[in-house]
Amino acid sequence: MAIRQISVFVENRPGKLYETLKTIADEEINIRALSISETKDFGILRLITSDTPKTIEVLSKEMIINTTSVIAAKLEDRVGALCYVLDYLAKAEVNIEYVYAFTASAEFGAYVVIRVDDVEKAQKVLDDNNIPSLNEEDIKDI
Amino acid sequence: MGNYYQPEIETASREDILKIQNEKIVKQVRHVYDNVPYYRDLMDKKGVKPEDIKGVDDIRKLPFLSKADLREAYPYGLLATPLTDCVRIQSTSGTTGKRVVAFYTQHDVDLWEDCTARAIVAAGGNEDDVCQVCYGYGLFTGGAGLHGGSHKVGCLTLPMSSGNTERQIQFMMDLGSTILCCTPSYAAYIGETLHEMGYKPEDNKLKAGIFGAEPWTEEMRHNIEESLGIKAFDIYGLTEISGPGVAFECCEQKGMHINEDHFFAEIIDPETGEPLPEGSKGELVFTSLDKEAFPLLRYRTRDICVLTREKCSCGRTFIKMCKPMGRSDDMMIIRGVNVFPSQIEAVLLKQGYTPNYQIIVDRKNNTDTFDINVELTPEKFSDIISENIANERKLEGAMRTMLGISPKVHLVPPKTITRSEGKAVRVIDKRKLHD
Repeated sequence: MAIRQISVFVENRPGKLYETLKTIADEEINIRALSISETKDFGILRLITSDTPKTIEVLSKEMIINTTSVIAAKLEDRVGALCYVLDYLAKAEVNIEYVYAFTASAEFGAYVVIRVDDVEKAQKVLDDNNIPSLNEEDIKDI
Repeated sequence: MGNYYQPEIETASREDILKIQNEKIVKQVRHVYDNVPYYRDLMDKKGVKPEDIKGVDDIRKLPFLSKADLREAYPYGLLATPLTDCVRIQSTSGTTGKRVVAFYTQHDVDLWEDCTARAIVAAGGNEDDVCQVCYGYGLFTGGAGLHGGSHKVGCLTLPMSSGNTERQIQFMMDLGSTILCCTPSYAAYIGETLHEMGYKPEDNKLKAGIFGAEPWTEEMRHNIEESLGIKAFDIYGLTEISGPGVAFECCEQKGMHINEDHFFAEIIDPETGEPLPEGSKGELVFTSLDKEAFPLLRYRTRDICVLTREKCSCGRTFIKMCKPMGRSDDMMIIRGVNVFPSQIEAVLLKQGYTPNYQIIVDRKNNTDTFDINVELTPEKFSDIISENIANERKLEGAMRTMLGISPKVHLVPPKTITRSEGKAVRVIDKRKLHD
């Protein structure tokens, strides 16, 4: 299970994010989820796309990238839904580096991408507790 | 007219100085040939015997020494006396991390301190002065050199070392320092800080400053003189030859008198090695005439300079050198510390980076800024911000160990380093240090 997130090293300068995203748009790749964190010098663009292998192929030609397995857990539309998931991970002593959310349509629902220190363990926690999650096949066509 | 520490030497006639130099060089070459196998080999290879050197006119027959020789001979290869006769080492950074270690007998320390004493007296110093030395103490020659000279002159010496500006200013005001010794950028910084604290130039008791160890301009001199209400004097030196005081400025403030009774200066063409006539611009080369432990002959400083024998109004007869006008190699002086790009390259390779980097040096608020852009590699890249920042810090730490000063390291994407005509530009020095 789990899905591969592609991280791109982007200079913190005008036009750099555009250039990066243009590269994948030109290849007809659709972005499913994204987050950016930045420092004064550089930013890290994290992407989940409709075609992971192709994204890696295209971006690695010109840029510094890295792929990381992350979990994508479905959230129910109610107060405390994210806490519900995080509680299980905390009890299993899974450490979280960062989290970002994404959605597509009402039927698809809302998901959180969670970067953890032990992705296998985290995925097992979700499965054991019947929390739905995504794999790479699921995100090809949403 | 000027003040002299050793008037009989400092104002000696040209003939007398030549006589002293000729006598000393004959003895010195014999001493080096007999006791330094490394240099003896160089002389033998060139087919020069000690008896070929009958005076300073023959110095041009001797082989050169360069920083590369110091590296190869590290640590004892150029030592000319038994270690048991040595009382001190001083050190400076070398080209690839190997430091230059210079040895001193008591005689060597004394002659060096005589030189700095001459500089202090030329700046108007005497036994009534309070001399605040805020060059770094330790391996760096700045602190030890001026400290020793200050003792010889009989000043009350404040061995402050560098840094802690608040404390520097407190001692300066409370103890009434009259002479300040530090790098020109630090002097400017002290001046600014005093101004920010609400002091006027006339509130301090300083009358003179002796500033060296890094390049500075006439404009900087003017600013320092205004902000501190002093006369600012330049001093020149290098650890390989002894330390600060190889040459010093007099009241005329136009060029530095070389202590010719101890150091013989030549200007050569850096390409061919041929000596050039007086007044020509070229590379400065020094021969130590009477040091015992670490007597370098024809050491290439890589400083580009002009020598002149024009009569000086101060009454000194020593030849004068201008402020160094640049370098014939790629050495930079940043915050008073010698930095070679090759040192930075060595650190990067050792830490698993490519040798694609760019050094950016600037001067902001009279302090050198030192930034290094380093191209990131996929292996080093993490999706977690803190891990990338930790990599930057780790590189900064390794650079500090190598160089003695800390740069700011910035990771950049590959191929972003400025290239000109296909060649990467390794150094961008935005300081305007040469008039």
